[in-house]
Amino acid sequence: MAIVFDGTRESYVERLSEFLDSGQKDAPEWITTLRREAISGFAKLGFPTLSDEEWRFTNLEVLRRGSFSIAENGISGVSKKSVDSYGFPGLDCLRLVFVNGRFASSLSDTRDAGKEILVKSLSEAICEQGDLVKDHLARYADYEKDAFISLNTSYFEDGAFVYVPDGTVFEKPVHVLHVSTDEGHPLFINPRNLIIVGQNSVAKVIEHYVSASQSVYFSNVVTEVVCGENANLEHYRLEFESQKAFNFSTLRVNQQKNSNIASHSVLCGGAIVRNNVHPVLGGEGCNSDIYGLFISEGRQHMDNFMRVEHASPHCDSRQFYNGVLDGRSKGVFHGRILVHEGAEKTDAKQTNRNLLLSDTAQIDTKPQLEIYNDDVKCTHGATIGQMDEEALFYLRSRGVSMRQAKIIMLQAFTAETLEHMSIDSVREVLEGVVMKWFEQRLQNGKGK
Amino acid sequence: MLEVKNLHVQVDDKEILKGMNITVAPGEVHSIMGPNGSGKSTLAQVLAGKETYEVTEGEVTFQGKDLLDLEPEERACEGIFLAFQYPVEIPGVANTYLLREALNAKREYRDEKPLKHIEFAKLAREKMKALGIDEDLLKRSVNAGFSGGEKKRNEIFQMQILEPTLAVLDETDSGLDIDALKIVANGVNSMKDSGRSFIVITHYQRLLNYIVPDFVHVMVDGKIVRSGGKELAYELEEKGYAGF
Ligand SMILES: Nc1ncnc2c1ncn2[C@@H]1O[C@H](COP(=O)(O)OP(=O)(O)O)[C@@H](O)[C@H]1O
Ligand SMILES: [Mg+2]
Repeated sequence: MAIVFDGTRESYVERLSEFLDSGQKDAPEWITTLRREAISGFAKLGFPTLSDEEWRFTNLEVLRRGSFSIAENGISGVSKKSVDSYGFPGLDCLRLVFVNGRFASSLSDTRDAGKEILVKSLSEAICEQGDLVKDHLARYADYEKDAFISLNTSYFEDGAFVYVPDGTVFEKPVHVLHVSTDEGHPLFINPRNLIIVGQNSVAKVIEHYVSASQSVYFSNVVTEVVCGENANLEHYRLEFESQKAFNFSTLRVNQQKNSNIASHSVLCGGAIVRNNVHPVLGGEGCNSDIYGLFISEGRQHMDNFMRVEHASPHCDSRQFYNGVLDGRSKGVFHGRILVHEGAEKTDAKQTNRNLLLSDTAQIDTKPQLEIYNDDVKCTHGATIGQMDEEALFYLRSRGVSMRQAKIIMLQAFTAETLEHMSIDSVREVLEGVVMKWFEQRLQNGKGK
Repeated sequence: MLEVKNLHVQVDDKEILKGMNITVAPGEVHSIMGPNGSGKSTLAQVLAGKETYEVTEGEVTFQGKDLLDLEPEERACEGIFLAFQYPVEIPGVANTYLLREALNAKREYRDEKPLKHIEFAKLAREKMKALGIDEDLLKRSVNAGFSGGEKKRNEIFQMQILEPTLAVLDETDSGLDIDALKIVANGVNSMKDSGRSFIVITHYQRLLNYIVPDFVHVMVDGKIVRSGGKELAYELEEKGYAGF
């Protein structure tokens, strides 16, 4: 029997027992308890509305009216070949593949994980490394305050588990590929990833969301990251969901002393997308570099919600977010910087630049600084504009066609964020995707 | 080569060029001098195809073609080059990238094969050396953060790479010290040949000591008010524009 949600708060609350009875019989007690706690969080919260300050610009009415169900068909819809097509040419990496939120071991490749490094599915880790998982899972992403985190914590089936022990430099990226397929009715998918990088360790993780069909589904992602003392993580979130999908994601990072993270978000797919990036700089000397690029067309809606929390002294954070919007699409950049009382010598910087390719595209950009310490340096800046006419003319006066001039300008604009990616083959693939997107846009009547 | 007849141009309903005439034959160097605001840059930008300027009357023929009918990029490919008075800064676009795109667009227009990376690099290096341009200027974003002198030299560098038939230099001398001025002038003089023409717009007679014009035109209030040989430049130097 399919587990179906009719969109109401009650349905999501009530179906949990069915869910626990069907696929979760063998789950450890603590997981079941966690799910129950989480759903009671959702029962209190319900889906946010426009009157919620943090959701002012994103209307979830369609989600509240939509009927979704848990996937049943397993991983059969996805072949090795199609998985390969989502790869990055020449990249030597490990691969974890999930189909509709379930682990596809036959499509994954984790042979090369080092001796003590663990790269596996979270459900396996719950069985095999129960104590380790228990120490971290749901400790950071707050299921009592965020409805989507509550739902994910209640209904997740699987996701990536990456554990790099102390003192380990793990250069090989882990490609975490989440593929969704069409099962004939809209699916409710809850990928849950947990990444633990030990003291003095290095890791690179690429979370990648793709769709094998252009169907409607509700993808609700939570990733928790622990970045130990002096650790270094480069994290990618590449969102290429179906154009009809809903994608809600939270990246919650717990940073310890002197740790560094570089977070790259690239949002391209989805009908309604919300990307929460929430690092907590929890020890002295942390550094967070947060880069984002969103490109939207048609009626896509992309909401980027940053919450950079400076909880310790002498930490630096940088946010660079660029948006390119076409058609009647809407973008939101909500950049919250929260500096706690004890976080003196905080240095936080935020830049959001947006390029509108049509008169009907729209962007709401909102910085929000909440500072409880006098000894800090916080700057923010946002721009919204069309393509620079003077620059276009200059390029054309050199013989470059209008179309090529526009492409050159767009490339330069997107490079501002993409160029910070350290994995060349990922950056190159993204440049290619972005380029193709531009070419299509420019073909549809824009420019010559 | 170029014939501008009774050209009237306006911006926001304000007439700036008020019946401009000039004829340039192959191999000639013309200088246009005139006070600030007389419309020199407007003429230059109209020749390059800037759309914000509205041509209300007159015609411009370039090598037998109606220039006003062509897009800016077509004009460039046909052989027109404008060295901007204020070169535009384009962050994120490498100078070398723009140049290669431009050169290859022009080659494609003439049904020539695109230049290979190495060939282009070699060509660029030669020209740069002659202009005393530092090689890292190639990698830097187009004009972004360039000094005034670097910008002007970069325009001349682009001209050398693109080898136009008609080059319009809009106050390329302003803001240059005497050494830089000589380098720029050398860059122009080395390109002089019987098939290539120049329109040198300047404020000062100084540049014309180095780039010797065949004709000097004085432009005041959107019109050429007097034309003559290079001696006209000396007269201007002495008397100023007040007499025109
Ligand atoms: N884009 C423009 N919009 C409005 N006025 C302009 C524009 N460009 C030039 N002008 C005006 O036209 C006149 C001539 O300017 P310009 O061609 O730059 O003169 P010059 O180069 O001889 O100093 C000036 O009065 C200037 O203010
Ligand atoms: Mg001028």
